[in-house]
Amino acid sequence: KQPSIGKFTGKPDPKTGNYKVSFIEGDGIGPEISKSVKDIFAAAKVPVDFESVVVKPILVNGVTSIPEEAQKSINTNLVALKGPLATPVGKGHRSMNLTLRKTFGLFANLRPAKSVEGFKTIYDNVNLVLIRENTEGEYAGIEHAIVPGVVQSIKLITREASERVIRFAYEYARAAERPRLIVVHKSTIQRLSDGLFVDVAKELQSEFPDIKLETELIDNAVLNTVTDPTKYSDAVSVCPNLYGDILSDMNSGLSAGSLGLTPSGNIGHKVSIFEAVHGSAPDIAGKDKANPTALLLSSVMMLHHMGLHEHASQIEKAVLTTIAAGPESRTGDLKGSASTSSFTEAVIKKL
Amino acid sequence: MLPKKYGGRYTVTLIPGDGVGKEVTDSVVSIFKAENVPVDWDRVDISGVDRAEDVKSAVESLKRNRIGLKGIWHTSPADQAGHGSLNVALRKELDIYANVARFKSIPGVQVKIPDVDLVVIRENTEGEFSGLEHESVPGVVESLKIMTQDNIERIARFAFDYAKKNDRKQVVAVHKANIMKMGDGLFKNLVQEVGEKEYPELQVGNIIVDNASMQTVANPHQFDVLVTPSMYGTILGNIGAALIGGPGLVAGANYGRDVALFEPGSRHVGLDIKGQNVANPTAMILSSVLLLNHLGLNTSADRISKAVHAVIAEGKSVTRDIGGTASTTEFTEAVINKLATL
Ligand SMILES: Nc1ncnc2c1ncn2[C@@H]1O[C@H](COP(=O)(O)OP(=O)(O)OP(=O)(O)O)[C@@H](O)[C@H]1O
Ligand SMILES: Nc1ncnc2c1ncn2[C@@H]1O[C@H](COP(=O)(O)OP(=O)(O)OP(=O)(O)O)[C@@H](O)[C@H]1O
Ligand SMILES: [Mg+2]
Ligand SMILES: [Mg+2]
Repeated sequence: KQPSIGKFTGKPDPKTGNYKVSFIEGDGIGPEISKSVKDIFAAAKVPVDFESVVVKPILVNGVTSIPEEAQKSINTNLVALKGPLATPVGKGHRSMNLTLRKTFGLFANLRPAKSVEGFKTIYDNVNLVLIRENTEGEYAGIEHAIVPGVVQSIKLITREASERVIRFAYEYARAAERPRLIVVHKSTIQRLSDGLFVDVAKELQSEFPDIKLETELIDNAVLNTVTDPTKYSDAVSVCPNLYGDILSDMNSGLSAGSLGLTPSGNIGHKVSIFEAVHGSAPDIAGKDKANPTALLLSSVMMLHHMGLHEHASQIEKAVLTTIAAGPESRTGDLKGSASTSSFTEAVIKKL
Repeated sequence: MLPKKYGGRYTVTLIPGDGVGKEVTDSVVSIFKAENVPVDWDRVDISGVDRAEDVKSAVESLKRNRIGLKGIWHTSPADQAGHGSLNVALRKELDIYANVARFKSIPGVQVKIPDVDLVVIRENTEGEFSGLEHESVPGVVESLKIMTQDNIERIARFAFDYAKKNDRKQVVAVHKANIMKMGDGLFKNLVQEVGEKEYPELQVGNIIVDNASMQTVANPHQFDVLVTPSMYGTILGNIGAALIGGPGLVAGANYGRDVALFEPGSRHVGLDIKGQNVANPTAMILSSVLLLNHLGLNTSADRISKAVHAVIAEGKSVTRDIGGTASTTEFTEAVINKLATL
């Protein structure tokens, strides 16, 4: 089941019977982990043809933009898979991730954090789902120095943006059969802005009688999640941008001890982009050492989004059982001895 | 400025606050009595729950005594009737700018990661807690986060001084300067600058707040002292509390130029367990130990700290939040009995 907001409306190509998906392979380890995905998709006979697109940032009228061709591809295919992009340092460039969100109206960031069975970490049975508002809040980018030495940064919360992400969260909770929606906030302090976010969630509640709405102060959300993450296995959390940024990474720390296994989806009304949340790892790029799991699990999320559930489950199971098989089939970041390619082969065998 | 002493005794402001505050400050009061600590209490009963009181009487008492022990006042969320945080109002009124909480594992408490010893120092008076908000047009709210050079330098120096005095090696600034390039950028750069120029003997670093949160839950040992704007301190402080076994265990202190105010480090009210005699008073007792150290009453401070740690290590009379069955008062009695044997 999938939420109706941000629902995939693409159709397979009538000639091939396959769906076209734009593929931003990204920088650093991007090409290696992308190859792993492509090989595994081919072996699993997933009805997807990838269309490689390059999104090297360009400046259009002083604004960071992505090339016309990439935009066209993504707007046509309505779905993309993305590897890590290094943010260019230097004046005038906004982060590429932010640029993509703005360009395609990706208003919700969906971040599951789930323990991998067989891969022991400090916290067991973590199964968290967090949805982050992706377009405003502290990321509005409005800042100025009132007088020298006094800076004011504005956090912007609007009813409109709050409503669409919270509505998506309700629908997602319903589709994922997680009966609790938890709004994480700090409205004891930010009474108007976070207050508005909470109000909107309460207003929408009557449309979702099957979902129990709870509100939780960010203090308590952090305390309770780290104390016992399993208490949230039946819940979806939703929060304004910055809290979501922080909590989603914290959740990955709980489920995996790193960002290396974490998939994510950026959902828009028309287009959605699925991506690994880790960076481009320039230190190991080109060395056949990178772990493709996060991108693979992102591709699994993408396949679910496209309604290709069987292929999604088959690949997910193959990836997870490969990791569970032991250190010799894990990559170095998981203290294993496998290379990107040997890991990929092992996954293909499991298929 | 040190508190005044009359006839060998100190007067200390006591603000129980809401939730479990009364029970856990009662515990301190009985322990101080049993230990014959030369402290007289100047009690201020204000509540953030039902009455929209201001903090005037607390401010006056603290101005007089310059030192206090405090529980937490409840703040109702915005969608319920009520007013802004009394806790923030008090800190602002008295310019109590620095909050210190130490997250140190306590032997005897079951935890997932042993030997945590992390200090979080938060700026208390500005940042996201400025309280400046407005609705520019209906459905569009702006919330202002204020960062000032003076306040950042002040909290930075406080953090480095703390590190020096307490024999810590490293101070790391937590920020989101990749997004809030000016505001958090100022924080990151000034902490770095103050550290490099004025405290060459200490290591100084910085980390982005989401990465810090991810790293702290998985590998807290890499950090020593973290210094943060107010909001990030809430998050890291609650991670810290969870790591060492809960809010009932964390000692804390707040410092201004003139006032030192000791309160539990993770600032939870505990309304849900109020009046049930189940709260863990350890956080408040260990905060009172810091208070005694501040007054120079180190012998009593050490004895009380030792007694608390011994009772927890033995595990027979501990409260339910750390796996025991004892009530607040039973735990307190056990500490008092232990004091008699030291
Ligand atoms: N998929 C992966 N497989 C193995 N190791 C990884 C992976 N992703 C990240 N790492 C490791 O985690 C660490 C941090 O990686 P990250 O990609 O965030 O680097 P970065 O320098 O921040 O890059 P960027 O600037 O693109 O964010 C590096 O040591 C990297 O090798
Ligand atoms: N001294 C203490 N001993 C044991 N548990 C505590 C103590 N203080 C707080 N807690 C627990 O920590 C949790 C968080 O406390 P908190 O004070 O935030 O809750 P609350 O104030 O009741 O709710 P809210 O934060 O919504 O106002 C609660 O479950 C509370 O019982
Ligand atoms: Mg992040
Ligand atoms: Mg609370």
